[in-house]
Amino acid sequence: MPISTLFFSGVLAAVLLLASAVTAAVPAIQNWRTDNNVPVYFIPARELPMVDAQILFNAGSIHDGARPGLAMLTAALLEEGAGDWSADIIADRLDRVGARLGVSSRRDSAVISLRSLVDSRYLQPAVETVARLLKEPSFAPDAVERVRQQMLTGLQERAQSPGAIAQDAFFKALYGGHPYGSPPEGTTASLKGITRADIQGFHQRYYTSANAVIAIVGDLERPAAEQLAKALIGGLAKGEAIPLPPPAPLVSTSQTIRIPHPSSQTHILIGQIGVSRTDPDYYALYLGNHVLGGNGLVSQLSQEIREKRGLAYGAYSTFFPTRQAGPFLINLQTRNDQADTALQVAQTTLREFTANGPSAPVLEEARQNITGGFALDLAGNSKLAGALGLIAFHGLPLDYLQNYIPTMNGITLEQAKAAWQRHVRPDQLITVIVGGGQPAQTAPATSMPPTGPTAPSGSAQPTGS
Amino acid sequence: MPNRRIVIAALWLTLAPTSFAATPIHEFTLANGLKVLVREDHRAPVVVSQIWYKVGSSYEPTGLTGISHLLEHLMFKGTPAVPGGEFSRLIAANGGDENAFTSRDYTAYFQTLEKDRLEISFRLEADRMRHLLLRPEDVAKEAQVVAEERRLRTEDQPDALTQEQFNAAAYMTSPYRHPIIGWMQDIQAITIDDLKRWYQQWYAPNNATLVVVGDVDPAKVRALADQYFGPLAPSTLNPPRPAAEIPQRGERRIVVKTPAEVPFVTLGYKAPTLKTADEEWEPYALDVLDGILDGGGSSRLSRNLVRGSQVAAAAGTGYSLTSRLEELFVLVGNPAPGRSSADLEQALRAEVARLREEPIGADELARVVAQVVAGEVYQQDSMFYQGMRMGSLETIGLGWRKLDDYVQRIQAVTPEQVRTVARKYLTDDRLTVATLEPLPLDGRRPTAPGAAVDHAIR
Repeated sequence: MPISTLFFSGVLAAVLLLASAVTAAVPAIQNWRTDNNVPVYFIPARELPMVDAQILFNAGSIHDGARPGLAMLTAALLEEGAGDWSADIIADRLDRVGARLGVSSRRDSAVISLRSLVDSRYLQPAVETVARLLKEPSFAPDAVERVRQQMLTGLQERAQSPGAIAQDAFFKALYGGHPYGSPPEGTTASLKGITRADIQGFHQRYYTSANAVIAIVGDLERPAAEQLAKALIGGLAKGEAIPLPPPAPLVSTSQTIRIPHPSSQTHILIGQIGVSRTDPDYYALYLGNHVLGGNGLVSQLSQEIREKRGLAYGAYSTFFPTRQAGPFLINLQTRNDQADTALQVAQTTLREFTANGPSAPVLEEARQNITGGFALDLAGNSKLAGALGLIAFHGLPLDYLQNYIPTMNGITLEQAKAAWQRHVRPDQLITVIVGGGQPAQTAPATSMPPTGPTAPSGSAQPTGS
Repeated sequence: MPNRRIVIAALWLTLAPTSFAATPIHEFTLANGLKVLVREDHRAPVVVSQIWYKVGSSYEPTGLTGISHLLEHLMFKGTPAVPGGEFSRLIAANGGDENAFTSRDYTAYFQTLEKDRLEISFRLEADRMRHLLLRPEDVAKEAQVVAEERRLRTEDQPDALTQEQFNAAAYMTSPYRHPIIGWMQDIQAITIDDLKRWYQQWYAPNNATLVVVGDVDPAKVRALADQYFGPLAPSTLNPPRPAAEIPQRGERRIVVKTPAEVPFVTLGYKAPTLKTADEEWEPYALDVLDGILDGGGSSRLSRNLVRGSQVAAAAGTGYSLTSRLEELFVLVGNPAPGRSSADLEQALRAEVARLREEPIGADELARVVAQVVAGEVYQQDSMFYQGMRMGSLETIGLGWRKLDDYVQRIQAVTPEQVRTVARKYLTDDRLTVATLEPLPLDGRRPTAPGAAVDHAIR
């Protein structure tokens, strides 16, 4: 490539390079069901003698009902005792073979991930351990009490963090009584009231083969991967597939919530309910959002707020990829006395983007970043396992990876703009503003009374803090 | 019986590293002094390119703290050939991922790209190594951005604020007392001339290491490096001023008061690194000690303080054997509800005392070794981390091969050596303790420190 033209033609050249190189790199997904009917997603990766396995349960805080924090407490307790093994024994069994166990609990899912060397002398003890803690966690009373206290400390940490306060208030205003409005970390009152029986009941209902999927990436032949899946989740009770709650009603008016906090910065969240991960418009919105605020310093929000005005370190926007319609969110933080200015810039940027859409060259560059960077998202077992877990949990098609770039390339400017205008409603925004350098109030106060959505009939009513 | 099984497991693990082939690494140096390291990793059609400069906050004099980090931000603001914003736009439009980071001992810039696009990275990095514009309006704006970053990451984070003041108390003459991001007053006062001098002084091919990891042909990388970095002129480098810490003569304590809910305590003992140790085995023994206290859920802090006595809601340790200057072996924790910072401090000190008194168990040592051996396999999954390791070792002056025998070094550590380093370094006279004393968030006190800082910087 001639040197003198690269700055100008680099972008163009990039497009031509894409198709061949990246298509070759996309691995094929193998898919089957275990004897107890759990979908398995598998990508062999033979270069390193290790394996990553992710078990994802439909066991997130969406099922907390009247007990916010129940799903997270249940997940956190898995590694704290199983059968006659104490937490010490479980930790010892994993550490002495160099295995790494991760447990996370979110709104939609509970995810248990295991990374191990693939040699059966290490893998087998690790797998036995994980299988047992999924199947027969003991939820010993002393462990329940200890983890409850840890979660209460976690809530205190959230109370000192303006970002966490803003996020909780934002979800509550957006979703009201819908399960997404309930904080996954729970509330002080709720955590104190959760009983061991609640936890056992939650485990019995949601940690079942009917609610599980598994994703495996690693140095295994297909039969060994089948064995691994079976060993990890073959012993789970069958259970019943638990349906999703109905989607949340959209917020129909704008609302601004101000919460004083003694921080030096004001945290600002602006947004509304967006779409689900499986919405047909998801790709077009993702592409549009890459222009607005999803592509680092290059995006319009960063340009307007950080690069042109120096108002914030970070300013971005995102669509949460959740099972039910998740939030569309703009997030920034700025020195207290600049909060109004930064808010105005963010609002104007969103309004203009929604009205006018992206320009053609800007959309193309965003598209090139997404498609040209796709190989980066799959480089390494860890990233592959993450992508595979997403495909498994949302039930995306097996050719999802192969179709990703063609799908992105097929979206026209008009489609991106139309999808944006269908879903983003600048006159119906929830704005949460936390900070100001003023003392916090004992109860989270709002300058305007919440006029948010009412709960759909039949959905659980979470308690607020 | 459990002990027996553990010993056998450890034996197996010693065999693991030979079961996969070492990845070839190629090293060469350009005529202008730029060192280039290329590690082939053909698992995915991707390349990571990192350029490492031997400068960071530990090179900064008082009054100029944060200048390395501020300059790192300004490196994205343009050259005569590539105007402001173009660098990031071009990398993004090429499907790339980019960023930069500043540490105490280095400043590094990186791009991750599809493998055929390495050229754009070299072209842009070579250009900004010698031709940065540094315009007054950019400096003023970026100082504001960095001030916001400091508010976000330090001022409004009670634990981070405590940790920052802890460092300033533990070190008296070592530049490790400076925060990497800089004190707020310095961020606001650094001038464009300061920045120009800093850039001239440190941004040169003979003060840098280029690290490339990925699906590349080393010969082609070499040709590209010659083409783009080869023409750059080297600088006359002055070594950083001596920056040793004066010997500590007794325990130090500080209290940090800020609006918060959860107390926090941090303890640090002056400890040697591979660069500063009398005996080379000592940092490895400290690394094992680190694993004994905080390596996985079976480690002593989890077992004894979080689960056993339940004095801690969370506890951990920190030690880096590859720092350029003398380090701190750090223990941190948040007390559990109903327990005080004093209770937690006492429990942490009791764990340290036990390490001075009793040799660690063979089973514990085997667990640490098992985790290190497995960790060496896992870390090969990340091309970025592979680059980090080579780049940081080279930049610190240890040479990128320094940790090639890491597993063997860890395996060679004995329980007696762990006790020896505990007795020599983890002593009260080498200790600094900082405690976060939460002030009420609802402001029963009239002025919060966060607000005061905010006015001070105007």
